[in-house]
This record gives sequence, C-alpha cells and structure tokens, in this order.
Amino acid sequence: MNLLWLQSGGCGGCTMSMLCAEAPDLLATLDGAGIELLWHPTLSEETGGEVVDLLRAILDGRRTLDVLCVEGSILLGPNGTGRFHMMAGTGRPMMDWVRDLAAHARHVVAVGTCAAFGGVTAAGANPADACGLQYDGREKGGLLGPDFLARGGLPVINVAGCPTHPNWVTEALMLLADEGLTGADLDPYQRPRFYADHLVHHGCPRNEYYEYKASAHQPSDLGCMMEHMGCLGTQAHADCNTRLWNGEGSCTRGGYACINCTAPEFEEPGHAYLETPKFAGIPIGLPTDMPKAWFVALSSLAKAATPDRVRRNAAADRILVPPTVHEKRKR
Amino acid sequence: MSETESPGRLIVGPFNRVEGDLEVQLELGAGQVTSARVNSPLFRGFERILEGRSPLDALVIVPRICGICSVSQSMAAVSALEALAGAAPPPNAVIAREIMRAVENLGDHLTHFHVFFMPDFARAAYAGRPWFPLVEERFKAAAGSAVREAVTARAGLFHVFGIMGGKWPHTLTIQPGGVARALDARDKVRLGAIITAFRHYLERSLFGAPLEAVLALSDLDALDAWRAQGPEGNFRLFLEIAHDLGLRGLGRAFDRFLSYGAGPGAGAGTWRDGAGGDLDFGRIAEDHSFARMTGRDRRHHPFDGSTEPDGADEAGYSWCKAPRLGGLPFETGAIARRLVAGDPLVEALALRDGGNVESRVIARLLELAREVERIGSLVRQLEVKGDWHVETRLPDEGRGLGVTEAARGALGHWLRVEGGRIAAYQIIAPTTWNFSPRDSDGVPGPLEKALEGTPVADGERVPAAVQHVVRSFDPCMVCTVH
Repeated sequence: MNLLWLQSGGCGGCTMSMLCAEAPDLLATLDGAGIELLWHPTLSEETGGEVVDLLRAILDGRRTLDVLCVEGSILLGPNGTGRFHMMAGTGRPMMDWVRDLAAHARHVVAVGTCAAFGGVTAAGANPADACGLQYDGREKGGLLGPDFLARGGLPVINVAGCPTHPNWVTEALMLLADEGLTGADLDPYQRPRFYADHLVHHGCPRNEYYEYKASAHQPSDLGCMMEHMGCLGTQAHADCNTRLWNGEGSCTRGGYACINCTAPEFEEPGHAYLETPKFAGIPIGLPTDMPKAWFVALSSLAKAATPDRVRRNAAADRILVPPTVHEKRKR
Repeated sequence: MSETESPGRLIVGPFNRVEGDLEVQLELGAGQVTSARVNSPLFRGFERILEGRSPLDALVIVPRICGICSVSQSMAAVSALEALAGAAPPPNAVIAREIMRAVENLGDHLTHFHVFFMPDFARAAYAGRPWFPLVEERFKAAAGSAVREAVTARAGLFHVFGIMGGKWPHTLTIQPGGVARALDARDKVRLGAIITAFRHYLERSLFGAPLEAVLALSDLDALDAWRAQGPEGNFRLFLEIAHDLGLRGLGRAFDRFLSYGAGPGAGAGTWRDGAGGDLDFGRIAEDHSFARMTGRDRRHHPFDGSTEPDGADEAGYSWCKAPRLGGLPFETGAIARRLVAGDPLVEALALRDGGNVESRVIARLLELAREVERIGSLVRQLEVKGDWHVETRLPDEGRGLGVTEAARGALGHWLRVEGGRIAAYQIIAPTTWNFSPRDSDGVPGPLEKALEGTPVADGERVPAAVQHVVRSFDPCMVCTVH
C-alpha cells in the first residue's frame, strides 16, 4: 500500500506527534505493515520539481495512489480563490491539488481536526476561510462535498485530534493496509471507532474526585476539573486516558482540562476554554448519556457523601491525606 | 519543469524537510544565484483568530501555530500574560517550564540534523565522494540507520512531556502563575533517567565521545583536530563533509545576529561586526512593502502592528512581513544564541567566515551538548516540596511583551488587552526574521542575502547547494506567517 502525505493549512503537529510513535517506532511500523511512503513533506528525500512530477504522474494515471493523507485544514480564501495557500512551486492553490488527488486515491484520510473539520485554523473570524476535507465544522460538506466517496468506497476517514495520537494514525493506516476498516468502523463524524467509541473520562485518574464532585479550583489542584475548569472529558470521544501519550501522559494527567479536541468546532466552545459555563450553578454540558435530573440528584448526594480525604486532596497539588491502610482482617 | 520556470529563473517548491510550506524563486547568472526571493505561501491568520477572545485562550490557540515549536509558543504567550498581570511564578514553575522549553529545542535540533539536513548528502549526486557510502547508510532519507535511531531517541526524550506536560505537542500545563502539574520525587528521578539516557545516546551516536570533550572545544585548532583524528561519530562525519564541500563558504548573510537570551537570566542581545551589543525592543518594527499586507506606508512596531492580508497586492511576493531591528535585517537561531552568550568557538567561527552553512550547523550541535547537560542540572534543582502555581488574576486592561527562544531563534508575542478581551496580538517568529522578504529600502532578508552567489550547476532543477543553504537555517514556515 502506498501513501502520499500533504500538509495544508495546519501546524504540522500531527506529523510531529506521529514521529513519537513507539514500540515499534514510526518507520518500523510503516515498514512492517508494507506501507510505502510515496512522499511525505517531513521525511522524504524528493523536493521541488521531483515532487511535482510525482503528483502529475498520479493525476495522469501513470502512478496509482492507495492512500492520500491530508494534514491541516483546506483554505478556501480569499473569496474562494484558495490563494491563502498556493502549493509552493506550482502556482496552484492547495485546495485544487487536494481535490484532484482525492479523486484518484483509493482512500482519503484527514489527519487531525483541521483536516477533518477545519479546527483551530477555522477559529474566531476564520480569516483564511478554512474548512475540513468533508466537513465544515459540524456540517457535512467541506472541500469534497457531503457525498464524496473515495475509489475504495469509504468517505473521508477523519482521524481527528489536535494533535492526533501517533497510534490513532498508524493504526488507522495499518487497518487500511489490512483491509480491516469498513464504513461500520467509523462513527457518525467518520472517526475510527477504535479510539472514538471511548470517552476521555475512561481511565482518568481524577475519577474518584469526579464521583464525589470534589473539584479543582485552580491549575495544579488535584480535584475533578469538570465543575469549574472547563473539562469536557466526560463528553469527549477519545481513548487518551487508557492509551496515554508520550509514555504516561494525557491532558487531565498533565493537570489541565480536556478541551474535546477530537470534536468538530472544539475551537469555538462559546466560552473561555478553561472555565465551565453553568446555569443555576449546574454545568451546562453534562456527562454523555446522563439525564440531567439524575446528574443533579447524584451530584448533591455525592457532595454530601464526600470523604474528608477526597475533599482536602482535591484542593491541593499533592496528596495531603493518603487513603487509609486497613489492618489485615483477622482469620 | 513547472510552467513558472524559464531560463535564468528557477522556482523551487514544494521545498520539503523544512517545517511547513516554502517556495524559493531564484534568478540565475554565470552559474550562480544572482538574486533570491523567499515566499511563505501559507496564510492562516492566527493574530486575527486571537482577537476578541479571553486572554487565557491564547494558551490554547498559540501552541497550535506550530506543531514543532509548540512549547516555545506557549512560553512566549505565558510571558506576555504574566507581564500583563505583573505575576511571578514560583521557582519550581520557572525551572519546570525551562526544562520543557529546552527539551523541545533539543528534539528540534536532533530532528533538524538527522531528518531534515543530513539526508541531502545521501543524494545520488554525491555518490562519488569518499564519505558517501557511510552517509548513505546512516542518513538516507526516512531509511538511514542514524535517521531511525534519532527518531527513536527523540520519542524517548519526549517522555519528559508525558510526565510534565500531559502530552506533546500542544500542552496546556503552562499557565500564568506556574505550571498545572506538581511533580513529586518519583517524577524527578524519572526525568533524570530520561535525560541521562538521551545524553548517553548523544555520546554514543552523534559525538562518539563524552560530552565534556565536546564542551571543551574552544578554538578552531581543536575543531580541526576533531575533524582530522577525532572520535568516530556523526559530528565528525559532518565536519569531514563540510570540509570536503567547502560549506563554510556557502550561505553567508549579513553577519548581524540577535537573540532574546536562552533561559532565565540570559539577557537579550545582538552580535555584529565581531562584537556583542544591547537589544532595544523599542527599535523592532515590521515592514509590509513586499508582504501582501495592507499598511505598506510605514513600518510598524508590533504593539502598533496590523495583519490585514491584501490578496490583490501584486508587489508583495510572500505572506511574511519583514521585521527589522533599527531598520536592519538580523539573523536569529542557535548561532545567534551562542554568539550573544559569548561561546568562544562559535565566535571564532563567525569571526572567520560569518554565519554560513557549516557554522550554523556546528552551533546547533554544540548547543545540543550544552543544553542536555544544563537540563540535567535543572532537574536536580527542582524542590518537590515547594510550590508550583500561585493564583494569578489578569487585569482587564493593559499590554504585555513575552519573549523566548525557540529552537530556531528569537520569538516574541506583543499582546494588548482591552475590556478583558484580546484587542491585538502580534507575533514575530524566528523564521519571520530569517526568511523575511525585502523591505521598503529594497534590502533582502537574511536567507535571500545568503542565497546570493550560491553555485547552481547546469540543468540542476533543485540545486544541492541551495538546499544546504536553506536548510542550514532550520526554517519553520508555519511559525513564519502564523
């Protein structure tokens, strides 16, 4: 299976993250899966005209293309011309290259939330008129249109995340190489279910604080960050706290809120990222699949039942009160 | 040949193994480049995206300018926010942030040398050189043994972020008033182990010698001796290639350098005409004459800057503005940091042949050695029982300047807040300095100057020497325009 990787209106962070793949490392993973890099902007030898020749050969049908990976959002501006991102050396907008190449690819993979939905590049006034390959925020469409199917029969595969975990990308690619990814393996936003059918909340080390609504009030507090600090881990689709990053990390383990970066329009939460919007003291965004009445009832009960240990530790930057060690039960 | 090329003119792009998208337009004559124009072809508009948001949101947005300088962007932003608030984070937080900033720089230097820069010497065009078989085995793009080893070593090194920052890139642990994660004694020994393992990798693979031996290099004779009979390692291999190809005669720009000072306590400064000098931030201004931006009538200090793209502007040839210090272009990066810090060997190199392909790369490799040792000592200075964060309130009005050193050099954020919202946010990144277009005086940017005189052989579509010059700057194009 061969692969062409293009970088559009993004930060390159998904590639930089992918280089952190381990055991096996990125290049060994690709080799092992029989994935051949036709060209990658960070890794490949070819530059300039050599690359343009390759792109032309694909468009002329002289070269088949199995997977087109696009990292970064597609810039349509100004005024629909795409001139905010001309592919260097070609005098042609990147959006035109991507559209033409996508028509020749067996599979099209959007790497990162920018390529999937528009992402941070589409935030605020969206000055560059950025969108995703097959979505513009939550709305289906984007550059390729709502009905686009690649030659292999799948829509754009949205490996969303900002950045993507290295193995969300490598595993999606290995599954494609192994004919192991079907339409049923994609969620309603076309994200691979192997990581998107989990919640960031799963495996979060702050779960005990969550259970008792023992909350953090400022950065470095150990408590749950849902109530005051903007954490969306109970709603965010990703396996960050069971898969872990850079060895043993995740956002909530790093001391800060999950901002739901695998979701469309995460870049515009409608409030400051690290503050929880509330109505009558109750967070507006409730845990996924939880009825509001039950959340309110359980929360007040849980708060009343909070052990002193959990309450005190929640407002500290280290464990002040360790869990009690029970003496061994007598036989 | 693309339709935009013609005899005497060459357009090189997409220019890869740099971060982001780059196009270089060359005028040729008598077998060399007579004039160069550097085009940053991507505009996203981050400065505009930031306008109107809560100031703290900058910590989510700015790292996403760049996936390779992410922590540096966070550091500049948090410095600007703390300048706005008049806040001072506790010593542990200062050290923890500095460890993260420096580790990101280490990873970038490592990636630059092994993944971006050296693979050009493994191209078939060099097949006749005596060093070629070794370079091909070690540095063939995406395949060489040293390339693979570096990628693996970097992934191991970045476990520092798994512990301190949750993840890399785009951590949010760096907050006004400190860091969001307190470290304990176990974290501290684990960090020490990671840095030590990385140090051993550098000693084994890159230098072939203990770091002390590298740090003891202080004059040109010692460097020549290392090239002639020094330890086997990729540092010596590079010195041999540089000597054989005369890389020190390639890619000289203006020999004016600036640095904002690496690490707490290291002051900002300049180095020009063979001597160090002060840096006055009030004398920094951006020129839009060739930048496809409105506001071409005058130069803008960043607190008074604007970012309004003008797609109809035909004189402009880049989305990059032209920053100038006291009206002049300056080069920034590892070589500038080493010069401003008074490194005797880098100073000797610069006094001999200025900034060039060889001296830029040597400065980076020497910095790798120096920084890994410094990071080890920073880890030992962490007081796990101390504070990591102090509550910090941001005022609704005011402004702040935040500066730091990214791997590629001087990075500055100029922030203005009104009514509790970001009113203006201007960013000058290292490659904005290095890859700036011409200014209203017609003076080219550092890379444009450095490319003049670069040899181009008949029929070369992507001239090898041009690639060496461009990549010697380790450009980060996504930061450049942002």
